[in-house]
Amino acid sequence: MIKPADWFRQREALLAVMVVVLVLLVGLRAPVFLTTASLANLLTDSTLLVILALTQMLVIVTRGIDLSVASNLALSGMVAAMLASNNPALPLPLVMLAAAGTGLALGLVNGGLIGYLALPPIVVTLGTMSVYRGLVFVISGGAWVSAHQMPANFIGFPLQRLFGLPHLVWIALGVVLAMAFLARHTRFGRDLYAIGNAPQCAAYIGIPTARRLLWTYGLSGMVAGLCGYLWVARYAVAYTEIAYGFEFTVIAACVIGGASIAGGVGSVLGTVLGALFLSVIGNALPVLQVSPFWQSALTGAVILVAVLLNAGGNRKRSRQILPLHGTERNAARSAA
Amino acid sequence: MNATTIAGVETPIDTKTVNQSSHTSRYTILDRQRPSLRHVLARWETLLALLLLAVFVAGGVTLEHFLDPYNLLDGTVNFSEKALIALPMALLIICREIDISVAGTLALSSVAMGLAHTAGMPAEALLFVAIGTGLACGWLNGFLVTRFMLPSIVVTIGTIALYRGLASVALGDQAFTNYPQLMADWGQGTFFGVVPRAFVILLGFALLFAVVLHATTAGRRIYAIGNNPDAARFSGIAVDRYRLGLFMLTGAMAGLAAFLLTGRIGSTRPNIATGWELEIITMVILGGVSIAGGAGTIGGVLLAVLTMGAVTYGLALANVPGIYMTIVVGVLLLATIALSRLLRGKPTRH
Repeated sequence: MIKPADWFRQREALLAVMVVVLVLLVGLRAPVFLTTASLANLLTDSTLLVILALTQMLVIVTRGIDLSVASNLALSGMVAAMLASNNPALPLPLVMLAAAGTGLALGLVNGGLIGYLALPPIVVTLGTMSVYRGLVFVISGGAWVSAHQMPANFIGFPLQRLFGLPHLVWIALGVVLAMAFLARHTRFGRDLYAIGNAPQCAAYIGIPTARRLLWTYGLSGMVAGLCGYLWVARYAVAYTEIAYGFEFTVIAACVIGGASIAGGVGSVLGTVLGALFLSVIGNALPVLQVSPFWQSALTGAVILVAVLLNAGGNRKRSRQILPLHGTERNAARSAA
Repeated sequence: MNATTIAGVETPIDTKTVNQSSHTSRYTILDRQRPSLRHVLARWETLLALLLLAVFVAGGVTLEHFLDPYNLLDGTVNFSEKALIALPMALLIICREIDISVAGTLALSSVAMGLAHTAGMPAEALLFVAIGTGLACGWLNGFLVTRFMLPSIVVTIGTIALYRGLASVALGDQAFTNYPQLMADWGQGTFFGVVPRAFVILLGFALLFAVVLHATTAGRRIYAIGNNPDAARFSGIAVDRYRLGLFMLTGAMAGLAAFLLTGRIGSTRPNIATGWELEIITMVILGGVSIAGGAGTIGGVLLAVLTMGAVTYGLALANVPGIYMTIVVGVLLLATIALSRLLRGKPTRH
């Protein structure tokens, strides 16, 4: 049995309390924040961040990082928008499949380079981030795809309601459950934690590290692709700069949720709460009539406080930030 | 280590077995590798120099005005400020740290200059305001990283949001303009009417950084920290002091870049230098600095800067939209690291 005292020492419980307290504090100043409509709106706004943060968390667990998610999102979103606007008769599931497929392909490029060539994830995704962002401009010719060019059902889908909740929320819920299952109850998920905790040992006990990394980045890409469609449809516009800089928000959500950049540590619940925390801050500022210019500064402060709090327990292990060096790394990956 | 590895070339101590009869000891420890043609050709810098040459040949053949010296010198404004930040960033990455927050530091320094100017400070003082702001930002990064043993990538992702946020809070929806003439003189002025001052400053700092990194004790210690921080600490190097110092140096250089950039464009707007952090890191990595730390040279970084600058300049002359440049740079980065890994062969069991 876990004692209540221990339970509260867990990061997730602390974070959940902080999210609730934050919501209540904002509600105290501006009661309108606590209305059902406002909270539902908050939930809807947080979905894309939650979805992206979950797959990013899996990547971070393997000691990696995926900086290309926002560019991938923009490219897949543009593919979906152009496909739908040029072929209005195309059924929506096919468009979504195209977006997810594009994302998957882009993610597999990352995964192949990182898994099979054993290149440092931060460098690879830094490179593909520029390439994917540039490709958005190439395929669109720099033009915008705006609301009137997109079919009505393309734009309508994310916010259409099913049993009272928008499709966006259902999709996010599905992704949360799928990731929770993947991380806790599948061999694939457990392997990722093993790779992050001790790459060398993971190789010795026969975990196919390269293949696991390939599909982890593939998964991150596929989800980014799906979010690309959702983002474009939700905001009813596609252009080269959509979601610019969003990769840092996604990584911040993971870090606030307790994922260790040194790998091997991260939970689905924590990540969801981290994403919710950032979304609450983003939605609370306009309600509190605080200048929106404060949002970025506050987000930065929250990230710093969160990592300071997280650092308490695992001082020793958070020391290692970048890929293992030279021989150690090669040895670790070669047995894969 | 294999001679073709990037890391291998920079390994500071190379042990060689020599004939036992001529020495009392079994080994002599050379301070540096013996120069040989094979080593020179296998160096990253050689590849970069060839790449730069190829860009120049391709540009000179296909574009009419590519080799015009006035154009070329004018083209250096594209990268001079970024390269100034890339120099200390190279030292940080060699030291196994990274600073994502440089563009935020630059924005905040520029805003601080705007505020100071509005408050009536003289033009000369603005340079010190910018560098001071940069130092303070760098100190906060370094303090968080060294005092609380936090990963620098996470800290600086937090501080970039913080610094850029503070800058936009101070700016609101306004912009600072009407900067003094002195700043324009340095930001967009030239020496002898042709050589942009920013480029001369860059070359001066590149020389300074090269000397510090490659010819002083401090430089050797930075490599030692990057190769093995624990061993460096055990051998008496004040590892955390070096880390803190390098973060502050990076901040100060970002402040200097803010002075030049603000002088060049003549205003401070909220979107100043957006996305620079990743361009700067790309420059450093393309320059052959190992992201795992412990290897890299200032010469390589400078060559990478010039190569990227020449490509940008060529594409601009050919009327190609600037965003194609991001594709070229991304592909260049991926191709170079993938190629060097493939040339070295698949990692083998040790």
